[in-house]
Amino acid sequence: MENFIRKNLIVIFLVILASVVLFLPIYYVNLFGKYFVFAIIAVGIDIIWGYTGILSLGQGVFFSLGAYCMAMYLKLQTGALPDFMVWSGFKSVPYFLSLFANAWFAIPMAIILPMLLAVIISVPIFRSNIKGVYFSILTEALALVFSLVFIAQQSYTGGSSGITDFQSLFGYSLGSSDTIRGLFLITAAVLIGIYLLIEWMLSSQLGKILVAIRDGENRLKFLGYDTIRYKVFIFTLSAGIMGLAGALFVPQIGIVSPATFGIFFSIEMVIWVAVGGRGTLIGAIIGAIVVSGIKTFSSGIFPEGWLYILGGLFILVTIVFPGGIMGIWKRYKVFEQVNLDKKFLKDLNEEK
Amino acid sequence: MPAKKNLKYVISIGVIILVVIILFVVLRKHSSVKTAGKKPIYVGVLHSLTGTMAMSEIPVKNATLLAIDQINAKGGLLGRKIVPVIEDGASDPSTFAQKAKDLILKHHVSAIFGCWTSASRKAVLPVVQEYDNLLFYPVQYEGLEDSKNIIYLGSTPNQQIMPAVSWLLKKGYKKFYLIGSNYVFPRVANMIIKEQLKAEGGTLVGEQYTPLGSTDFSTIITKIKAAKPDVIFNTLNGSSNVAFFKQLMSAGITPKDIPVMSVSIAEVEVKGIGPKYLVGDYAAWNYFMSMKSKRNAAFIKNYQAKFGKNAVVDNPMEAGYFGVYLWAAAVKKADSTNINKVRQAIRGISFKAPQGLVKVDPINNQTWQKVLIGKVEPNGQFKIVWKSSKSVRPKPFPSLISDEKVTAPGVIVKRKNWKRCYEGNCLK
Amino acid sequence: MTLDTFLSLTTNGLSVSSILLLVGLGLSVTFGIMGVINFAIGGFIMIGGYMVYVVQGIIFAHYAGNDSFAIFLLALPFAFFAAGFIGFILEKSLIRFLYAKPYESMLATWGVSLIFQQLARNVFGSNNVVVNTPVMLSGGLHVIGGFQIPYNRLFILSLSIVAIVGVYCYLYRTNSGRKIRAVMQNRNMSACLGIPTGRIDSFTFAFGSGLAGIAGCALSLLGPIGPSMGEHYIVDAFMVVVLGGVGSLAGTIGGSLVIGMLSPYLEFITTSSMGRALVFIFVIILLQWKPEGLFVLRNRALD
Repeated sequence: MENFIRKNLIVIFLVILASVVLFLPIYYVNLFGKYFVFAIIAVGIDIIWGYTGILSLGQGVFFSLGAYCMAMYLKLQTGALPDFMVWSGFKSVPYFLSLFANAWFAIPMAIILPMLLAVIISVPIFRSNIKGVYFSILTEALALVFSLVFIAQQSYTGGSSGITDFQSLFGYSLGSSDTIRGLFLITAAVLIGIYLLIEWMLSSQLGKILVAIRDGENRLKFLGYDTIRYKVFIFTLSAGIMGLAGALFVPQIGIVSPATFGIFFSIEMVIWVAVGGRGTLIGAIIGAIVVSGIKTFSSGIFPEGWLYILGGLFILVTIVFPGGIMGIWKRYKVFEQVNLDKKFLKDLNEEK
Repeated sequence: MPAKKNLKYVISIGVIILVVIILFVVLRKHSSVKTAGKKPIYVGVLHSLTGTMAMSEIPVKNATLLAIDQINAKGGLLGRKIVPVIEDGASDPSTFAQKAKDLILKHHVSAIFGCWTSASRKAVLPVVQEYDNLLFYPVQYEGLEDSKNIIYLGSTPNQQIMPAVSWLLKKGYKKFYLIGSNYVFPRVANMIIKEQLKAEGGTLVGEQYTPLGSTDFSTIITKIKAAKPDVIFNTLNGSSNVAFFKQLMSAGITPKDIPVMSVSIAEVEVKGIGPKYLVGDYAAWNYFMSMKSKRNAAFIKNYQAKFGKNAVVDNPMEAGYFGVYLWAAAVKKADSTNINKVRQAIRGISFKAPQGLVKVDPINNQTWQKVLIGKVEPNGQFKIVWKSSKSVRPKPFPSLISDEKVTAPGVIVKRKNWKRCYEGNCLK
Repeated sequence: MTLDTFLSLTTNGLSVSSILLLVGLGLSVTFGIMGVINFAIGGFIMIGGYMVYVVQGIIFAHYAGNDSFAIFLLALPFAFFAAGFIGFILEKSLIRFLYAKPYESMLATWGVSLIFQQLARNVFGSNNVVVNTPVMLSGGLHVIGGFQIPYNRLFILSLSIVAIVGVYCYLYRTNSGRKIRAVMQNRNMSACLGIPTGRIDSFTFAFGSGLAGIAGCALSLLGPIGPSMGEHYIVDAFMVVVLGGVGSLAGTIGGSLVIGMLSPYLEFITTSSMGRALVFIFVIILLQWKPEGLFVLRNRALD
């Protein structure tokens, strides 16, 4: 029993939170739906940054791709020509976009397209042995490229206004309270599912290899592991999670715009994980919920203060609390050390 | 030891449950409506207070607050105080949508005053439609839209862009170069201008778009020089304008050689760019700070008393200001803040604004206004060089590019026997 | 493409390269010497820009000739020292905890840049402030036909040439410059030989920040001065560093030339946003071929 609770404390927490939120006014249901999407993003960031040591500042690209796939479906399902295409002089939806009118194509694509892009990008980059901050800067440039292209291709993407004004999803009106509650529940279920799946994956051999890549990639190479393959795998998995999060985000928010492609959003994602505690899935989830909660709260009462708070958070978690919330928590040893490297060192010392 | 450990689990679960319960109670309480005494009327003020649009939108927010304060000082509305709830749209459409939702669902506002870019308006539109609220939109825009949930206080194309093009053509400027930010408003505006040039005998020598916020125009200016236009029609928005005009001058193009006609540059922007870069250029609006009237003088005086004696005012600010009064007049007429009653009451309502009489069109929720063309003076003010003889009827769907018309607020129908522009060579 | 167009595209490219070079120099040296990625560089550009405004619009506000060239020149050392001083304080208070932690420094300095932006908004207002281009720098030099090189671009170009010559002489011809290079190549060994590495670090960081301040002055001739004026250049500047190779003077020059010169041509052929996107795609492809950058300092260590 104790073991079960310890292992699944975060799941219990999420289930309690979700069931309480359901009885709040609809506004808060919607808000927490958004926070849970962010928590999914944070899990996706944590597996590449916290566990594998690859810091990507362009994860917003994958998120937005998923979001645009979903938005395209929501917009095209009615069969009407979207307004931004009308202004661009289109008579009908271009063929490759018209496929998105079908949910069975669009929704899987929201996950497949980001993964495909991740493979295309990461294979050459990892092969030419670009890593560390070089990788971060390249992904940052990539985020810029995508936001520029999506803004420039106004006739296909809606430009800087993005895509908005969705009516319904599978016949349910998107504004109704029941749909919002339903979407929230789906998001919560997806979050818990992804958490359990990743937790299981990381507790296997794969998890140890990923941490080893983070802590000493060359040594692992000398042991005969093909680290590139692992890195591509985890990066692609992360991209898929991002795309899924994007697809869940759009029907709840009702709009997608190129702002989510931007560098700001991608870096904000990283700070959720850093605040929660990198290298711990629980930390990532809590960090995302806490930081976006602070954001909502502070921008309501003191809009200009938010940048100070966010800036301060960046500095605090890098210098004063490198372990984030989980780092503080761990001092009281409530949880067992999740950081595999420390555990490994401890074992090593004991052996000695 | 194990007992102690168990205790810790019990405690940590206890803490989690406690946090959740506190959250629940606080949020429930927070969102419940207070019902003591004569409750105030809440209205939303939704503008970008941060990000690239902040420089334009903060003054509009101020003007809106000025009007609310004035009404409150005179005893409020229906004997109740108006309380503005200010939210920051952060120059990002999805934030605008989210904040509009906040205002309606959390603060239960009776109306929202806000937005600037068309992107933000289009993001808020589905929200106000879904939850049936009213948005008062203070900026000129591209048309092709009408909603029963939006009152358009700025001009439609036939109240700003089209008269400006006709005026330029009459003045002998035949070769047009179009430059704009890459989003809905400039795209549609230029579509209209291109049709108008075809119809009225001008030529188009070039058309360029840059991303919002971009600051390097050297290449575009090179293209402009190569194209040798008579006039540049500028639909750039935000801080890009500063870079554009500075680099235009340093490339040796002065208003004497090629004047620029702008539709998004008003007194606030002129001050931000520096008047010396613009002297001799033109802008089309429905209000200029330099207008001579008692009401305008009072408006400027009150604004400057509150927000600094060097503050300038411009058309969107004036629209933000009279928008509150139009709404207040409708609430008074309806004797209620009920959205449906206010919406009925506001049709055809009028108000003596600083620019003169403005009237909400009973059919399409847009406002009747006069058209003015001004020339920038060295002191940063506009000298009015042309004005329409009477108020112009708003037409959100210009017949040059659209086969639709509005028959009642939010009801858009196809015109009968009208050429279908989207399918013909109306659009390229 | 006519000769006119070609010439003006080339001048535009050179002036963009100059600004990237000024920003990239500081970044490259800071990364080379301390292993610190400084995302707050946009903030220092902004400080430089605002200094022109402070000198022109506040200190000399009541002096009729405040848009003269002399006063603009006066703003240059102002911007250099103001940005340098703030850089110095930042290094002493924050950056020194982040040595050889590129990830952490990246996040922390991003936080700093957010705070800088909001501070600027609260101090100077969210509106852009007006700076008049000196009369002497408006207009241009007539070369042939209708083509003229704008004086302000010529000035920016010469500014960066002066800066690069100055930095070269300093690094390769003076004693303290030699120390900087020594620390860059082998920190521990330099420390053993009695070089005060801590002092070198703060000095270098301050110097790099100062150069970004100068870049801000140059930008005030071309565009708006506002809280977010530097953000636009961060990614470009880092691409310069990555492309050129960290810590190499020649690399920074090469990188800024490639990126600065490519963009106007590509923008001319396509549109301005597609042009910029294409430049980055090109650089990313180039890096596949030379992952360490075009000009790389030889280093045998693997980790």
